Amino acid sequence: MSATGMSPFLGGSASRELPGRAPDDAQVPSPERDRGIVASVLDAAGNARGSGYNFAYLDEGTKRMIRRAILKAIAVPGYQVPFASREMPMPYGWGTGGVQVTAAILGQSDVLKVIDQGADDTTNAVSIRRFFAKTSGVATTTRTTEATVIQTRHRIPETPLTEGQILVYQVPIPEPLRFLEPRETETRQLHALAEYGAMHVKLYEDISRHGHIATTYAYPVEVAGRYVMDPSPTPKFDNPKMDDCPALQLFGAGRERRIYAVPPYTRVRSLDFEDHPFRVQEFTQPCALCGARGHYLDEVVTDDSGGRMFICSDTDICETRVAEAAR
Amino acid sequence: MLAPGFADPVHDAQGTFRAVMDALARPGLVRPLAPFLAPPAPLTPELAAVALALTDADTPVWLDPALAEAADVAAYLRFHTGAPLTDDPARAAFALVRESRRCPPLGRFALGTPAYPDTSTTLVLALDTITDGQGLSLSGPGVRGTVRVAPGPLPDGFAAQCAENRADFPLGVDLILTAPGRVAGLPRSTTVTEA
Amino acid sequence: MYVAVKGGEAAIDNAHRLLAEARRGDPAVPELSVAQIREQMALLVDRVMTEGSLYDPDLAALALKQARGDVVEAVFLVRAYRTTLPRFGASAPVDTGTMAVERRVSATFKDLPGGQVLGPTFDYTHRLVDFALAADTASEPAAEAEPRADAGTCPRVTDLLAQDGLIEASPPDDGAPVGDLTREPVDYPADRALRLQALARGDEGFVLGLAYSTQRGYGRTHPFVGEIRVGAVAVEFVPEELGFAVPLGRVRLTECQMVNQFKGSGAAAPQFTRGYGLSFGQSERKAMAMALVDRALRAEELGEPVASPAQDQEFVLAHCDSLQATGFVEHLKLPHYVDFQAELELVRRLRAEFERKTETVEMQEAAE
Repeated sequence: MSATGMSPFLGGSASRELPGRAPDDAQVPSPERDRGIVASVLDAAGNARGSGYNFAYLDEGTKRMIRRAILKAIAVPGYQVPFASREMPMPYGWGTGGVQVTAAILGQSDVLKVIDQGADDTTNAVSIRRFFAKTSGVATTTRTTEATVIQTRHRIPETPLTEGQILVYQVPIPEPLRFLEPRETETRQLHALAEYGAMHVKLYEDISRHGHIATTYAYPVEVAGRYVMDPSPTPKFDNPKMDDCPALQLFGAGRERRIYAVPPYTRVRSLDFEDHPFRVQEFTQPCALCGARGHYLDEVVTDDSGGRMFICSDTDICETRVAEAAR
Repeated sequence: MLAPGFADPVHDAQGTFRAVMDALARPGLVRPLAPFLAPPAPLTPELAAVALALTDADTPVWLDPALAEAADVAAYLRFHTGAPLTDDPARAAFALVRESRRCPPLGRFALGTPAYPDTSTTLVLALDTITDGQGLSLSGPGVRGTVRVAPGPLPDGFAAQCAENRADFPLGVDLILTAPGRVAGLPRSTTVTEA
Repeated sequence: MYVAVKGGEAAIDNAHRLLAEARRGDPAVPELSVAQIREQMALLVDRVMTEGSLYDPDLAALALKQARGDVVEAVFLVRAYRTTLPRFGASAPVDTGTMAVERRVSATFKDLPGGQVLGPTFDYTHRLVDFALAADTASEPAAEAEPRADAGTCPRVTDLLAQDGLIEASPPDDGAPVGDLTREPVDYPADRALRLQALARGDEGFVLGLAYSTQRGYGRTHPFVGEIRVGAVAVEFVPEELGFAVPLGRVRLTECQMVNQFKGSGAAAPQFTRGYGLSFGQSERKAMAMALVDRALRAEELGEPVASPAQDQEFVLAHCDSLQATGFVEHLKLPHYVDFQAELELVRRLRAEFERKTETVEMQEAAE
C-alpha cells in the first residue's frame, strides 16, 4: 500500500489534491500553464491592465526610497537599513515588507513566484501573487527554476537557486537581538560595536540545559564576518542554503521598517560552538508523495487516531518529482 | 529648451535601478546600461540615468566641478529629480563625478556612523571604459573567489583609497562606476587590490 | 475530523463573496447610506479620521460601511488609501486660538474670557437607554444661546497662564521642518512633534489605558484640564511659487491642553507644565488621553525619572499603532506549520531524552 493511501480524505489522485495543494491560476491557457508560467497581462504602456494603480502598486517616489535602501543593504551585508515603510493594502505581519521590496525591484520581464511555508498555493501566497499579477501584470510561475524573483515566507526552495534569481524574504522581527534586548536604542549600539556576546550566552544556556541548542527556526547567522542577522523564521534546516548562495537575498520587514540583504556568494555562518557545531533537522522517513530524502517535510495529520504522513513542504519540487516518476 | 528625461519614467527607472543593483550585488560584473537620454554636456547619459532613477527631494546631490560649472546640468537635474544640490561632499547622499581622475579623496564624502552606516554618500563616476581584465582585483561579498575588472581612468592611488574605505567597514562610501553603455559596482564591502 | 485549510483562488474568492453578503446583512433591512453613517455615527467617523490620519468624513464613513463597523479595519482602509494620495506639502500650522468653538470647558477656572461652553456632550447625561430612539422620532431642536458680550474671543487658558509666567513657555517655532513619521522611520529618541503624531494616530484604547495608568501612579503627572475646545479652524497652505497662504478649507478639531504640576528643578523655577492632545472631529477621550501621555513622555526632558510604561517612548511609540498591532497579532492565524514542525521535532527529541534519562536513573536505583 502506498503511503498516500493512508489518508482518508486524499482520495484517488492524492498527489494533486492534497490540502493546500489545489492548483490555482487554473483558467490559464495550456502552453503557459504547462510551463507553470501565467502570461503577462500588460497593456501597451506597460501598466497592468485596468488596475488603476501604478506599475506594481507603489508610487515612483516610494520605489526610489526603497531602492536606495536596498542598495545600502547590499553594500553592508546583514545591516538593517531603516526605510519609510508604507501602509500597504494588506495587513502588517502578512508580508508588507516583502511586498514592498518585490514591488520596488520588479520589472516587466520578471517572472514571479510566491511561496508561503514552501507552498505556492497557501492562501497568503495566492493572495500576494494575485496582488502582483493584478497591479504589475508580470508573469507568475510556480516553478522555482523559471522564476527570476521569488517572494517567500518561512522557507527557501529545495531547488538550488541560481545567479539570475532574487529571493525576497518576508520578515516579522528583523532584529536578531530583540528577544534579548527589547530596546531599539540598545540593539543599535550592540550592532555598532559588533557586541554579540549576549547571543552566544543565550545559545550556550540552551546547551547547558538541554545538551544542545534548542533554537529550531529564525536561527541567528553571522553575515560576511560582521553583522549577526535574523534569517526570518525559516527553519534552521534552510540556513545552509543561505551560505555562498548564487542568488541575491533581500529581506523586507514592513511593520518594523527595515530592509537588509545578503549579496550572492557571501559567507553566512550559523552561530555555533566548536564543541557544539550547528546541525540541521533530519527526517527519518522520505516524503510520502515523491519519496525524496533530504527535503524539509510537513507533518500532515491524517486521522484522529494518531495517523501521520510526512510530505515535502516545497510543493514545486514535490510535484515535479511526482510528475517525472509518472512519466 | 530643457532636455527630456526618461521616455518611460516607470520602466526606465526600474531598468536602471536593476542594472545598478546587480552591479553592486556582484562587484566586478559589468552590466549593460544604455539609457536613451541626451542630457546637457558634460553630464553623460549613464550619470543622468542613475540620477533620475535614484535621486529626489530627499537626497542632497554633490556635483564635481566639471558638472557644477555647467548651469544646464544643474537645471536639468533640478527639473527632473527635484534633488537639492549641495557643495559639501560630506552632506551628499549621491555624488556625481564627471572627471573621474580628479575625484576627491573618498574620505571627504559622508561615511555614515557606526549606528547608521547607511547615512553615507554613494559616488557615481563617469569613466571612459570598464572592461574585464587587468586593472583591479576584487573579492568579498558578491564575488565568487576573486574577479578582475579594468575601469579607467581612475584617480591616483585609487586601490589604496578603496583599501582605506574597506578598512573602516561598515563605514564607507559605495561607488557606482559608469562608462558608455555599461555600469559596474564597488560597494564598501569589496576588497580592492591592484592586479 | 481535522480538515486542512485548502488554499487557492476559489477559496479566497468564495470567502470574499461570503464577506460581501455578511456585510450587507438581512437584505430585507434597508441599506445604510454613507451619509447616514457620516451624520449619525459621527463620533465613530471622527475616530476613524483621527487614527487614519486623513480628514475626510465621507471616506471614513464609507470605510466604516465597508468594514462592517470594525474601527481598526476602517482605519486600515483609510490609511491604505491615504498612502496612494499625492503629497503637495505641509499646511501652515492651524491656529486653534481662532477656533469657532462649539464646545469649550476649563476645569481650572470657573469662568474666563469666552466662557464655558458645554456644547454637544454626553457629560451629565444619565446613561439610560432611550427606547424612544428605537422608534424614529424627531429630536427636540436645540436651544439658541444668548450671545455673550465676549463671544468670538476665546483665548487659550494656557496663554492666560503664560502671561503670568506660571506655566512653561510654549517652545518657539524655530522654523525647522517638522518630521513626518509616515515618511521616515522613527529614530529614538523621537522629538515631541513625532511623539504627538504617533499618539494622534495611536489606538484610542491603548492611549487611554496608558493615560489611565499615569493617574494610578505609573508615571504620575498631577494633571488638570486647562481646557478642552471643539470647533472648526481654517487650514492654510503656502505654495512655494506664491509665497503667501491660500485657504484650503476648515477642519473640525478637538484640542486638549493639560496643565500639570511641576516642582521645578535646579535650573527651572517651579511652574506648571503642559501636555497636549489634538484629534480630528470631536474625540475628547482621545485628546485627553493623548495629552496625559504626552506629558508623561516628557519625563526625561523635565528631569523626572523614567520608570513607567507611559514614560517610555520606545514602549509607547512602538506599540500604540492599531494597524501594526492588529497586523502582527492577527498574523498568527497565517500558516506556521514549517516552524511548528521544527518545534514538534525538538519537543519530541527533548521528551525522548528526558525519558531516557529517567529510565537510566530508575535502572540505577533498581540496581542499587
